Amino acid sequence: MSAMDPQTIIAKRIAQELRSGMLVNLGIGIPTKVANYVPSEVKVFFQSENGLIGTGPIPEQGMGHRLLTDAGGRPVTALPGASTFDSAMSFGLIRGGHVDITVLGALQVDAHGLLANWMIPGKMVPGMGGAMDLVTGAKRVIIAMQHTAKGKPKIVNTCTLPLTSARAVDLVVSELAVIEFTGGRATLRERGPGVSVEQVIAATEAQLAISDQVPEMRL
Amino acid sequence: MKTVSATDAVALIPNGATLMIGGFMGVGTPERLIDELVRQSKRNLTVIANDTAEPGRGIGKLVDAGLVSRTIASHIGLNPETQKQMIAGKMAVDLVPQGTLIERIRAGGFGLGGVLTPTGVGTIVEENKQKVQINGKTYLVETALHAEFALIDAFLADYLGNLSYALTARNFNPVIAMAADTTIVTAEHIVPVGLISPDHVVSPAPLVDYVVTN
Repeated sequence: MSAMDPQTIIAKRIAQELRSGMLVNLGIGIPTKVANYVPSEVKVFFQSENGLIGTGPIPEQGMGHRLLTDAGGRPVTALPGASTFDSAMSFGLIRGGHVDITVLGALQVDAHGLLANWMIPGKMVPGMGGAMDLVTGAKRVIIAMQHTAKGKPKIVNTCTLPLTSARAVDLVVSELAVIEFTGGRATLRERGPGVSVEQVIAATEAQLAISDQVPEMRL
Repeated sequence: MKTVSATDAVALIPNGATLMIGGFMGVGTPERLIDELVRQSKRNLTVIANDTAEPGRGIGKLVDAGLVSRTIASHIGLNPETQKQMIAGKMAVDLVPQGTLIERIRAGGFGLGGVLTPTGVGTIVEENKQKVQINGKTYLVETALHAEFALIDAFLADYLGNLSYALTARNFNPVIAMAADTTIVTAEHIVPVGLISPDHVVSPAPLVDYVVTN
């Protein structure tokens, strides 16, 4: 298989988790790219937490509107059938369990699926924005991240950075692996393109449960 | 409701006031009121808002001018100037999860003492907060927020003060309209009474004290 860049592998694999009719919230960064790989027959509702369901692609030059943006303040489009609402409603949707899937980035995920993704004390203190509500309230939390940062594993025994929620994530998708967190443990479900189980283990600090057959991602 | 100039509206705001300001990364922020706050150099402000936008935009202009001494917000990551002033000890910043922030404001406007939320349980957000168990689930007690002034940007306002909003510029605006002693509104269009259909009024007229003339 020709080399696909890590972010594309991650985004394509996560796009396979989406089903028609789902309400989906994508975070900033790799998660945003997931929208590019949703098959045309799968119709999902994307939410922007600043108050939009039915978020569409970035508008063509000259077709944007200054009062229609995503949660990062960038121009977006509203697809036919979209709706807008205030922030209390937007977070009621999130906290109240109405969002089927949220896809977020991560700094660290621990052996039990607990997530740290919002601050590095003394270095990066941007504020949690909507991350804590999304992880606490969404029906399914999927993490989109590169497997390591500067060669160091991001899936660790215990997070050293401040946690985002007491609720564990459901799935981590990296360019090396799909790892599921059910019953409080990390289980290796799939390998990245051309990646061996041994390579995944070597790049992961946390203990992984591994079955006899670990298929390669079908992208 | 009275119609006033931006100059007269902002003249009502004293130094040291607590302001709730609408907007999400500057979208839905009453820029004319911000510009006037800067021009009149209102100091020592406490700002309650989702974020501080970015330098040169929306609430970012207040930060640039050094007028804000305390911010209660969910995200300041896109404004390096806010972070700089926070690290230098010039501005106190309380970071609050976005869903909790809007609910604390809603509680303030709806006559509630606060809300119970699962968000933040098991994180540093729970420090120094009361926890309660309901049906076996743990919640944080998050207290209501109130302000002296709410600064709102609407799409349509009529001459009674009924408001409707456009697209993603709605965000915090209708919620803060409930939660302050005095509500000041800028609107893209000020229209005759009756033109906004009752079904499309989001903030009813009695909530609004001042609409700034266009």
